[in-house]
Amino acid sequence: MVGITNYGAYIPKYRLGRDVVAKAWGPRFMPGERAVANHDEDSLTMATEAAINCLEGVDPKSLGGLIFASTTSPYLEKQSSTLVATAADLSAEIFTADYLSSLRAGTAALKSAIDSVKGGSAESILVTAADARRAEPGSDSEQLSGDGSAALMIGSSGVAASVEGIFSISEEFMDVWRKQDDVFLQKGDAAFTQAYGYARIVKNCVEGLLKKYELKVADISQFVVSAPDSRSYARVAKSLNLPPGSFPEDPLLTTVGDTGAAAPLMLFIAALEKAKPGERILLCSYGAGNSDAFIFQVTPEVERLKEKRGVARSQASKRPLTNYEKFLKFQRVLPDEPLAPFSSWALFWKEKKQNLQLYGTRCRRCGVFAYPRRRVCQKCNAKDEYEDVRLPRTGKIYTFAKDHLFPSPDPPTLMAVVDMDGWGRFYGQLTDCDPAQVKIGMPVELTFRKFHQGDGFYNYFWKLRPVE
Amino acid sequence: MSIKDRVAIIGVGATKFGENFEMTYQDMALEAVYEAYNDAGLETKDMDAAWLGTLSPGLTGLEGDAGASLAEPLNFYPRPVTRVSAYCCSGMEAVRNAAFGVASGAYRMVLAVGVEKMREVPPRGSLVARHINETHPVISKGRTAPGIFAPIATRYFHQYGYNKETLAKVAVKNHYNGSLNPKAHFRSTITEETVLKAPMVVDPLGLFDCCPTTDGAAAAILTTPEIARELKKDYILIKGMGLAVTYGYFSMAFQEDNDFLGFKSTREAAAMAYGQAGIKDPRKEIDVAEVHDCFTITELVNYEDLGFCGRGEGGKLIYRGVTALNGELPVNTSGGLKSCGHPVGATGVRMVADVVNQMRGRSGKRQVKKADIGLTHTLGGPGSISCVFVLGRP
Repeated sequence: MVGITNYGAYIPKYRLGRDVVAKAWGPRFMPGERAVANHDEDSLTMATEAAINCLEGVDPKSLGGLIFASTTSPYLEKQSSTLVATAADLSAEIFTADYLSSLRAGTAALKSAIDSVKGGSAESILVTAADARRAEPGSDSEQLSGDGSAALMIGSSGVAASVEGIFSISEEFMDVWRKQDDVFLQKGDAAFTQAYGYARIVKNCVEGLLKKYELKVADISQFVVSAPDSRSYARVAKSLNLPPGSFPEDPLLTTVGDTGAAAPLMLFIAALEKAKPGERILLCSYGAGNSDAFIFQVTPEVERLKEKRGVARSQASKRPLTNYEKFLKFQRVLPDEPLAPFSSWALFWKEKKQNLQLYGTRCRRCGVFAYPRRRVCQKCNAKDEYEDVRLPRTGKIYTFAKDHLFPSPDPPTLMAVVDMDGWGRFYGQLTDCDPAQVKIGMPVELTFRKFHQGDGFYNYFWKLRPVE
Repeated sequence: MSIKDRVAIIGVGATKFGENFEMTYQDMALEAVYEAYNDAGLETKDMDAAWLGTLSPGLTGLEGDAGASLAEPLNFYPRPVTRVSAYCCSGMEAVRNAAFGVASGAYRMVLAVGVEKMREVPPRGSLVARHINETHPVISKGRTAPGIFAPIATRYFHQYGYNKETLAKVAVKNHYNGSLNPKAHFRSTITEETVLKAPMVVDPLGLFDCCPTTDGAAAAILTTPEIARELKKDYILIKGMGLAVTYGYFSMAFQEDNDFLGFKSTREAAAMAYGQAGIKDPRKEIDVAEVHDCFTITELVNYEDLGFCGRGEGGKLIYRGVTALNGELPVNTSGGLKSCGHPVGATGVRMVADVVNQMRGRSGKRQVKKADIGLTHTLGGPGSISCVFVLGRP
């Protein structure tokens, strides 16, 4: 049996009310709010969050591969999956790949991972999907899009939802695209797209899957279908005659927004969170004429995953973004104060164990832990006699300050000194945090974030955030 | 062998501290040195060597990264000039090494100079930009100079129950002293209300809790006590000198033994200096002190680290007026970094000049009654380096 063995999701903390956008541009396009990646987040950091949430309680070295799926990879050339795997502390001796450029990249990655495990080339593979799509200010897409990520671990032991069938459609179709030099999404003719695009192709794919495996709509407990907008989504549900209650009325659109390549996997995780053993879940994605559909059978193992940081827990953790101009800063539509921080690709490569994987050193002679790493023990002076020990992920604030000098799109920059739970101390930026809530003793946890573009590349490192 | 009574300071000088837009780095070095020459009645031909303390020469680096930027304006050729750098201890580090030059017998008469030109760029372009651009790419990123000291204030308040009003009293005291100092950057008195209503820089430190961005230079001439006596100069003796390096740069905040209530470097450097000088009870034995008040909180923890009071009692000292100009241990009679200004490399030498003048009774309206034993103290980088001198009348 091959299928989903663990899941994790991540929704950035900031939510932009669509009324805030409407205040800038006129009537709102739809109700509710959308999730907004903070200024220090991108699809790579969000995929890392989901991966870490998925791997809670799992030895990351047991994974045989990692795939990153997105339409908004920070690099046009250079794989993101490698860095996600490094930050999540996977082994270097694994297979990694990026699946890009399509809103169905997440399900394409899922299908490949399933095929790899079924084919025996890997015991388990982590599929991550994340998107943070930029939309033109004032456009419908600006309100509709949302940022988020999902991670699914595919394996053959401890399967919580086994794969029972897969079907795909690949038909050339222009509805949404972004050329190499386009900053924002472009969209085709609305009437044409509605008549021949998403609704028709998803219907064909779902029906093709059911037919292939000799199943009927009534055999499926939950339908999980990508939704580019609520009206087209409702049309698909109607055309397939889906019974009420068998599909989510709001596919996260009013609370999170359309999370692009991550959307089908996030909706699938939301379905697993309320699934009962024995249920069948049908998952169907869509991206410009392409569609992948899967049938999963839920097993009793699903109960083991109910406490994971999935969609429900991420949805509950939020902070309102009430300032539209700040949103434009986060989207990099408004420019930031130009900085020229020193960085070095050679330094980054040398220090990846420390800066990306968060390993400190522990003296083999006297047991003293050091982060940042030390070769000579600061207690007993033993030289090069240490073992690599990871910095604990959570801790409590020892002291802090709120810096109005350090340039930031979201001032003040909160700096915290944190005694980590167990051993070690960390000093760094506190993000996703209301400055008024910071207190000595407040529990915080490490989160992987984007810092700057020193030396011309993205410099990522860890920050702290309040534990919810 | 102790340094005690082996080196004499026979002349000091300093420029006006402030936004010296009209002066170059070299102009300031020259003015400070010639004032010291006039004070001692000496000139370049009497000098054997010089030490130059500067953090960032002219903010351009490279061409100033040597002693040549002092030698050139003075026409000091071909004498040796050594440039030293130890964050905000750079000035005292120049004096310390100059003193060793004399004590070793290598030189009869030397010059110690501190210079910093910070306002050829906007204030943000000096230390703020350097903290952002010239530090480790990611570790501690987000830290600024006030950002180093603000977490100490947060913890200090939490631990001992002090608050922003306690800090404001330090600013008010130092501005008052600065108002009496013709060379100070800020020469106006302020009220506690002004301090408390000022905009936040790095909360809990507001604008008036922070020293300004200042240009300036200071110089001192050092020789042996024997030569000083021969020249019949009103000289001051070095009684003790300590420099302690206790942590690295970005790693300091990660150290679990760092309690954010003071500086180990200062405690260690003070122990060295007091040991050499034979100081047992600093509160009683020291008559006047210049300490590193880069931020108001720093002055309070300095009181404790220097042994002027017990741990946690720095706030009480300021409330009781002990360190006021008319108190029993006046601190920062110059106005301190807070009001006199803080041209980084110049500060330590300026402190020595100020304390030497107090001990020679030349401090005008700021003159304290008794000044037989004086102290200077600078704190460098994130507080990982500290330098303490004890000076005394012969």
